[in-house]
Amino acid sequence: MPFDQLLQYALSGLSTGAIYALIGIGFSIIYNSTGIINFAQGEFVMLGGMLTLFYINLLKLPLWAAIPASVLTATAAGLLFERLAIRPLRKPTPINMVIITIGGSIFIRGLSMLLWGKDTHSLPPFSGEEPIAIAGATILPQHLWILGITLVIIAANKYFFYHTISGIAMRACSYNGRAAGLVGIDVRRMVLFSFMISSAMGAMAGIIVAPLTMTSYDVGVMLGLKGFCAAIIGGMSSGAATVVGGLVLGILESLGAGLISSGYKDAISFIILLLILFIRPQGLFGKAESERV
Amino acid sequence: MHFRAIVFFIASVILLINSPVFAAAPIKIGALFAVTGPAAFLGEPERNTAQMVVEEINKAGGVKGHKIELIVYDTTGDATKAVQLANKLIKNDKVVAIIGPSTTGETMAVIPVVEKEQIPLISCSAGSKITEPVKKWVFKTAQNDALAVGRIFDQLRKQKLTKVAILTVSDGFGSSGREQLKAQAAKYGITIVFDDTYGPRDTDMTAQLTKIRNSPAQVIICWGTNPGPAVIAKNARQLGVKTPLYMSHGVSSKKFIDLAGDSAEGIRLPSGKVLVADLLPASDNQRKSLLVFIKDYQRQFKAEGDHFGGHAWDAVMLLKNAIEHGGDSPASIRDQLEKTTKFHGIGGTFTYSAHDHAGLGQDAFVLVEVRNKDWAIVK
Repeated sequence: MPFDQLLQYALSGLSTGAIYALIGIGFSIIYNSTGIINFAQGEFVMLGGMLTLFYINLLKLPLWAAIPASVLTATAAGLLFERLAIRPLRKPTPINMVIITIGGSIFIRGLSMLLWGKDTHSLPPFSGEEPIAIAGATILPQHLWILGITLVIIAANKYFFYHTISGIAMRACSYNGRAAGLVGIDVRRMVLFSFMISSAMGAMAGIIVAPLTMTSYDVGVMLGLKGFCAAIIGGMSSGAATVVGGLVLGILESLGAGLISSGYKDAISFIILLLILFIRPQGLFGKAESERV
Repeated sequence: MHFRAIVFFIASVILLINSPVFAAAPIKIGALFAVTGPAAFLGEPERNTAQMVVEEINKAGGVKGHKIELIVYDTTGDATKAVQLANKLIKNDKVVAIIGPSTTGETMAVIPVVEKEQIPLISCSAGSKITEPVKKWVFKTAQNDALAVGRIFDQLRKQKLTKVAILTVSDGFGSSGREQLKAQAAKYGITIVFDDTYGPRDTDMTAQLTKIRNSPAQVIICWGTNPGPAVIAKNARQLGVKTPLYMSHGVSSKKFIDLAGDSAEGIRLPSGKVLVADLLPASDNQRKSLLVFIKDYQRQFKAEGDHFGGHAWDAVMLLKNAIEHGGDSPASIRDQLEKTTKFHGIGGTFTYSAHDHAGLGQDAFVLVEVRNKDWAIVK
């Protein structure tokens, strides 16, 4: 196997992996603050891409203005989702919440289909389409954007959760909601924040990946599942472990497609998911913990 | 007086009913299209076109004085539903013929029903197994994959290119194309040096293309429907693959150029003639039908008519001709359909016979190339 070929697989895998990581972190932020898996996470990824397209095509905004506008709209959608679907729940047992998020995802997907149709659309790349050669392998400027933006978001995320009062309060809620409430933290507001942050991150992931992979009303399902895999590998941590989980997943997929057969690409990620759930449910890097409250 | 008035009224009503204009009962034709669901990109233009054509026929006085009544049901691309709806069309609505379904899977499921009930079916889907072997009551208007494959291989033979890499999507369309590519290669002196697939929702095909880049292939043939081929075009450009790229007729629409952008330049594909109707020479037999179809569709739906609508156009017109030449009983329609010769439609020039219910030749396809974000005919 020539080196440049391997490098090509690794580079392709790295950029897809970065996307999985971003989506995965969205999963874990909500999981940590509410204890539920938000299966509508993938739909916010789709919303990011489709809203950007909507702003560019219908409101004729330039790309640089359409991106923040679309992230804001998706964040508002996340806020509404929490307010209208999650908060009114009388008995928020995990199974109820999970079913509600699945219902929410079907609703968002259906609505986007009615609004924007079933066609696949392409977003213009952020800066040209001239391939960049790296030691025999080639990547596009968009790949650099993906890696760069992912790094920035993860760094900002880290800063927020460890160095701001709101971030620390949110972490407190994730460790022990009742205790956090007792010391005066508004737990419900923190849950709302977590939905807003993760929908914004999902939307951003959907936007930066759309110029490469294109977007349509139904891209959220697969991307959401892959992000979920990344979060599981990372043991539902909202930090580095999920990022590594996403990257590992992306690279394994790409290597699997290149070295074994592309037919097994999706199978690989789901086999990994099952193996992790069977053997190390606490994640690849996590210590075996007792029940997290 | 009163009594007289009533008699007069009844008499005039009877007269009215029996007068030739109102007397002719409409001819009921059924249609099964996947208007919603994953195959909506087929079913929607098909339904639009069928309704448009029937409306025009009725406006022009119908067929032999009978209006046509089109009964359309949405199968949502589901074979089970298609079978139920086919039964409903035959038993409740008493149609004399059925147009559709939109996909090969649905058509195969409906065939036993129409064969048993002896109702002619004109399918709008492409799979070659629909009419091979020939079924008595089943015809189709969409071009076979085999013809598209033949059109590409013909060009390769002309250019003396013999080593081919194929990259096909892992769904019905792709696997049928893959079978045809492999089956016909030997006949044209072509060897397939690389054979791989990709998933219909895959978003990165650089792995497969990297392998192709390191293979001795002189040509890459990719068989799929949007958006996969557009991703492949972009990936090929990213990797600097210089090998000429051929696509299937599955992406012969402007949408493909929109999606692939600059990466589409120079890509060739076999396509029905709708795409390039205005570029066809005046001597082309289909030109007249094509221009009519495109103009009408544009006027009615403010959108470009495509191949899929064309399949429905052909189906309705073939039925109309069959009814004009014979009666409107299912058996007579079937017999007349089989006698169709040189009908210049949208999909091609149809000549059905007892051994051929697909009716098209390789001239149904032209080879086109993307140049400056538009189609050009490859001479």
